[in-house]
Amino acid sequence: MKILVAVKRVVDYNVKIRVRADGSGVETAGVKMSMNPFDEIAVEQAVRLKEAGLADDIVAVSIGPAQAVETIRSALAMGADRGVHIECDTMLEPLAVAKLLAAMVTREKPDLVLLGKQAIDDDANQTGQMLAQLLGWGQGTFASKLTVQGGAAEVTREIDGGLETLRLNLPAVVTADLRLNDPRYATLPNIMKAKKKPIDTLNAQDLGVDIRPRLTVLSVEEPPTRKAGQIVPDVATLVAKLKTEAKVI
Amino acid sequence: MRVLVLAEHDNITLKTQTLNAVAAAAVLGQADVLVVGSACHAVAEAAGRVQGVARVLYCDDARYEHALAESISPALVSLAPQYDALMAAATTTGKNIMPRVAAALDVQQISDICAVVSHDTFKRPIYAGNAIATVQSLDAKKVITVRTTAFEAAPASGGKAELVSLAAVDAPKLSTFVSQKLTHSARPELTSARVIVSGGRGMGSGENFALLEAVADQLNAAIGASRAAVDAGFAPNDYQVGQTGKVVAPELYIAVGISGAIQHLAGMKDSRVIVAINSDAEAPIFKIADYGLVADLFVVLPELAQALEQ
Repeated sequence: MKILVAVKRVVDYNVKIRVRADGSGVETAGVKMSMNPFDEIAVEQAVRLKEAGLADDIVAVSIGPAQAVETIRSALAMGADRGVHIECDTMLEPLAVAKLLAAMVTREKPDLVLLGKQAIDDDANQTGQMLAQLLGWGQGTFASKLTVQGGAAEVTREIDGGLETLRLNLPAVVTADLRLNDPRYATLPNIMKAKKKPIDTLNAQDLGVDIRPRLTVLSVEEPPTRKAGQIVPDVATLVAKLKTEAKVI
Repeated sequence: MRVLVLAEHDNITLKTQTLNAVAAAAVLGQADVLVVGSACHAVAEAAGRVQGVARVLYCDDARYEHALAESISPALVSLAPQYDALMAAATTTGKNIMPRVAAALDVQQISDICAVVSHDTFKRPIYAGNAIATVQSLDAKKVITVRTTAFEAAPASGGKAELVSLAAVDAPKLSTFVSQKLTHSARPELTSARVIVSGGRGMGSGENFALLEAVADQLNAAIGASRAAVDAGFAPNDYQVGQTGKVVAPELYIAVGISGAIQHLAGMKDSRVIVAINSDAEAPIFKIADYGLVADLFVVLPELAQALEQ
């Protein structure tokens, strides 16, 4: 089985982001970047399927500027076999990303596409579902468990009321939620090995996909901030204040 | 503008998040509601009573029993020509289905809107709510999911919408429902509760959540949890509040043994009153709490339950 994993380079999840003073966006210059944590989980799942003898080829795809190669190298160091970098210097929206990935799927013909359920920068939570639609495939979103057997995948999904399990005909798209697995740290020997693994470079135009934005970002602003309140000495004071001051109980 | 809102339901009851989505739709124009399900007539009737709903389109077929994205999205797509916008609450159901609809219509979806600025311009949180983007859609048709806490629910009664029955729409069978394991609780639902008592890693174990239950009992509160508590197995996944869990904005949020990671704050910082109980005075949760109590939760939770009982 062949697996395609999509990985996105985003501002590291530990960074406290700063909104640019001119409202044009969030400052990314000189900020630590990492693989989107949900994509890391997707890569880990692909590698585990390979280790279980269920997959034999893992292709990690990233779309973005030159530095996206670093993100692909991280996936290769975790155990992906090869990478494809689709070069693009403009900010892409999920629909454009899904179309580029669909074009990659046509070229690579994987049996399974794994992605994170959302990227922690734009929090859109769209790409996997859009890709599944464009390909006419089934989808298992927000996966916390994935098993593959006999041309089908069984996916347990984290839904608002609890858990739901679906069976998907392969090929299919699965998006990873937090509890699917704990991604491994790449070891130094594997990081060295990853440097020798092949990465193809393509241009977004090569894939013949219309990636023009459909949304104009008019402004980006800080959310309203909450003021820190007061420290109360004991439970009695807390209850009294909730009753008389906040009038909430 | 004509807006079609996808109803969220379990074939028996209309979920309250639909009421928030209807409220957002009403800002844009005339709202119709689409109920797709199996033996879900009661849901269609409930949707018809929601104030501000013009028509309820009602598509009842056995194939829709489990709200699979692959079967529901073609129903929405088939109705799209009659509408300027398609909307759903940003629940796991809405998030699962709407991007499929958007891709089928070649539309860039606008996720999780928290404000309607105009017919084509919306505000939405990015970076776990640490920034708010105002985006203008160039697509002729809009596909939108709604952050339910940002729109006050439309009244569930008083409306008298026309019910229109529709035929099911064919879709290739790509997925099959196997099973579900829903958390049963007599408590109010997390996303619509007036009060939430939430526990973090500091709770130490799942058994200790009983201390939260005792407090929640006094306040008719829902129980929530941080990601750390869910990861540690103290609470089921559907209790999780945060960037990737549920977004809540109750009147009162009591965070117990929760340090206040950005990802957690993203899910609860719009609560009206926040109380933090934590033994670590440096915990970031105190920076956003209205009332902080620096104390051992194992001592003060029983005290709190008792004080509330009186």
